[in-house]
Amino acid sequence: MIIAEQKPLEEICRIIEGHHKILVAGCKSCVAICLAGGEKEVGLLAESLRLYADLNDREWEISEITVERQCEKEWVREMRPSVEGRDVVISIACGVGAQVMQEHYPDVRIVPGLNTSSMGAPEEPGIFLEKCGGCGDCVLHLTGGICPIVRCAKSLLNGPCGGSQNGKCEVNSETPCAWDQIYQSLKRQGRVDLIEKVIPPKNWIPSMSGSPRKTIRPEAVLTPEEKKAKEGVD
Amino acid sequence: MTDRTRIVGYCCSYGGYSAADLAGVMRIRYSSDVMVIRVPCAGRIDVLHILKAFRHGADAVFVAGCLEKNCHYEYGNFEAKKRVEHARRILSSIGIETGRVEMFNVASNQGWRFPAIVREMVSRVEKLGPSPLRKVVE
Repeated sequence: MIIAEQKPLEEICRIIEGHHKILVAGCKSCVAICLAGGEKEVGLLAESLRLYADLNDREWEISEITVERQCEKEWVREMRPSVEGRDVVISIACGVGAQVMQEHYPDVRIVPGLNTSSMGAPEEPGIFLEKCGGCGDCVLHLTGGICPIVRCAKSLLNGPCGGSQNGKCEVNSETPCAWDQIYQSLKRQGRVDLIEKVIPPKNWIPSMSGSPRKTIRPEAVLTPEEKKAKEGVD
Repeated sequence: MTDRTRIVGYCCSYGGYSAADLAGVMRIRYSSDVMVIRVPCAGRIDVLHILKAFRHGADAVFVAGCLEKNCHYEYGNFEAKKRVEHARRILSSIGIETGRVEMFNVASNQGWRFPAIVREMVSRVEKLGPSPLRKVVE
């Protein structure tokens, strides 16, 4: 899932300054799980903005909507009645959702209400940890299912470094050393031999290299005929 | 609308509300500026309930749940405490004094304590003055 946090209210208020008709748009997927942009958070942000507006004499007309997934145009398309006539939409989906919204409603100003940080998972209620850096060249099969790219502060592929102390990282003493975790995991699996395998310098080309990464699944790509036949395809 | 102080008290049925009920049975007087709203558990209270109370003209809001570790639903009062803190953070960023919101833990047999809570909140509003949102509501 994608992890995000709400921007400070003051910043959101500054961003929407000068607008009148405001829509707060949430997403019921990842950002609802990390309690940043689901239906409940939409209600809370809208109410906070109403209070701010009342207190500071802003004539803001604030409405709310939450869709299943803001990163898919099929859902975003359904928001049209709510988006039309709005000066600005505060998207409290992840950065992907906000961009899909902007692509679909090019004439409306879409602004982010969240700071999108990482891909990860809930550790325990209210605590979310980054687990994957999306490097495009996964090595989890060599590292006991623990990603050294994001879980090691130095992204070492052949760790640990000299700063690993009692299973903790020298960068932050509360963070477990990823390479200690990798060793323990491999030991449990009876594959400690893998830690002796030198991982060569990583191929970073599949990661953030040059342009937006495009993934194509040929079996799912529509032919021009199929596009024509499919109702509602732009 | 009147100039009267308006305090909203979200009271857990088992703790705060029962204590308020007992205060009545004990004939203890307390300010009529408080509006008691009975909820099944303090854990039912959401940040939104607190914010909405302010937008509708409350000068202060309190949540009265059971004593800690004595919640009828085990941890509703702990949840309420976190939500009150969350509401305070939001109100602070908006520019409303955080002292206008408070969480209390009361047992059903502490009839004397409910009037004390009301006195505490009335005194806070006296110090802070009416809510700055009053001008909008009125």
